[in-house]
Amino acid sequence: MSASVLYDALGPRAKRRVAVGSIIAVIGAIAVLALVTVQLEEQGQFEQEKWAPLIDPSDERFPLVWDLMFEALGNTLIAAAWAMLFSLIIGTLLAVTRVTAARWYRWAVVGVIEFLRGIPVVIAIFFAARVLPEAGVDLEPLWFLVIGLTAYNSVIIAEIVRAGINSLPAGQREAGESLGMTRWQVLYLILLPQAFRIMLPALISQLVVVLKDTSLGFIISYPELVRTAGFIVQNLQNPIQTYLIVAVIFILINYALSRLAIFVERRLSRGRKAAVPEAQPMAATTVTGAGAGVGA
Amino acid sequence: MGVIIDNIGLYWNGFLTTLRICVFAMVGSLILGTLIAACRVSPIPPLRWFGTSWVNVFRNCPLTVVLFFCAFGLPEIGINGAYFVFGVLGLVLYTSAFVCEAVRSGINAVPAGQAEAARAVGLTFGQSLSLIILPQALRTVVPPLGSVIIAMIKNSAIAGAFGVGGDLFDVGEVLTSARGEAALPVLTGVALGYLAITIPAGLLLGVLERKVAIAR
Repeated sequence: MSASVLYDALGPRAKRRVAVGSIIAVIGAIAVLALVTVQLEEQGQFEQEKWAPLIDPSDERFPLVWDLMFEALGNTLIAAAWAMLFSLIIGTLLAVTRVTAARWYRWAVVGVIEFLRGIPVVIAIFFAARVLPEAGVDLEPLWFLVIGLTAYNSVIIAEIVRAGINSLPAGQREAGESLGMTRWQVLYLILLPQAFRIMLPALISQLVVVLKDTSLGFIISYPELVRTAGFIVQNLQNPIQTYLIVAVIFILINYALSRLAIFVERRLSRGRKAAVPEAQPMAATTVTGAGAGVGA
Repeated sequence: MGVIIDNIGLYWNGFLTTLRICVFAMVGSLILGTLIAACRVSPIPPLRWFGTSWVNVFRNCPLTVVLFFCAFGLPEIGINGAYFVFGVLGLVLYTSAFVCEAVRSGINAVPAGQAEAARAVGLTFGQSLSLIILPQALRTVVPPLGSVIIAMIKNSAIAGAFGVGGDLFDVGEVLTSARGEAALPVLTGVALGYLAITIPAGLLLGVLERKVAIAR
């Protein structure tokens, strides 16, 4: 059902009402913006001093600030890439284990998945950063962050992959088995490749979640964007301006990824007639029915 | 595990604080998210634009950054309050975008005939949305909404990391950093505290699902 089903094609009176409503909405928005602007102005938030290092290339601190920012962005992307890679590998292994597990130890696999899914990702990261050093594992903050993110996201990816495997028509497995393939061959040659195809949009959406979650690295002093922004703020005293830039960077990257997920999904659903599970931008949540869509 | 027993009072208070954050944030984000969803399907274009940009901003921005704005940005424009309020506010803003998308997907799942029937008997947009569409939509979105809320419960730990004093995350921080206790038992206790909320919430969701959900 598209939104337009909710109301009739607009007649002359309804058009007038919509026009009046639009004007009121726009005026309201402008009023709120003006109020915020006045407040910001009063607090001196538009002063050159606070903005110049961020947006004025002729300011001597501009290259310094942006060098830091780009380095931090690189760190964010590196952490996200490692976390996603490990989550994919471990998640797939977990999904395969859960699907093929004999009954007597399946409960253990399910238990691990449910445990990791139930704790906050920030606790997982904190856990990695505090417990591993106690156990004598001394790594750079990057790896604690990656371990924490992987622990949390691999179980979510496991659920996505499992949903993908389960959504395949039973005939696929049966055809493979009737050709004399072993269970593992059926899984690796027939089921998993198709599951990944179906799950691609959900996996890309999960990448958005991972990328957002790398910002939790600031808790364990990993110099990613948020942490670096904090450092810049300490020196320049411009929290609103700096975090605004950080927010814009995150929103641009993640928005592009979300669009990519939607694009891939359209391509896939056009390409094949088999049942493609509905995967909207909320994909991870819709598909797994688990709390995947909303990471930090 | 002695450290958990010794500090059971601290843990209990942390548990209650986390629970309180979650209840406030849940109510707030459900209401706000539904309103934004109504904006997104409304006949008035500026409201639709507003809804769409709201969702795109808050869904693509890390909660950490949203909380930074609430905790440090709002005081700059003259809005002061306790960290608890800012923490809840940040959670509400962030979660409302996900609630909105869940509700909207529910609205899209209601058969078109329902809306057409509502229009045919002369209901206005507001009436057909609130009397016909939303009651059905909200029932179909119980599972995704539940996932969103459970994710929000877990995200409340981030608000804790931001200095909402005394919640479960803060308990872990205080015991390991300030008092130098061994991290493994302390954080296991914290994790159990969260599981004590998320697992019952999941079970409750299952019950609720069977009670109200209509499969489409």
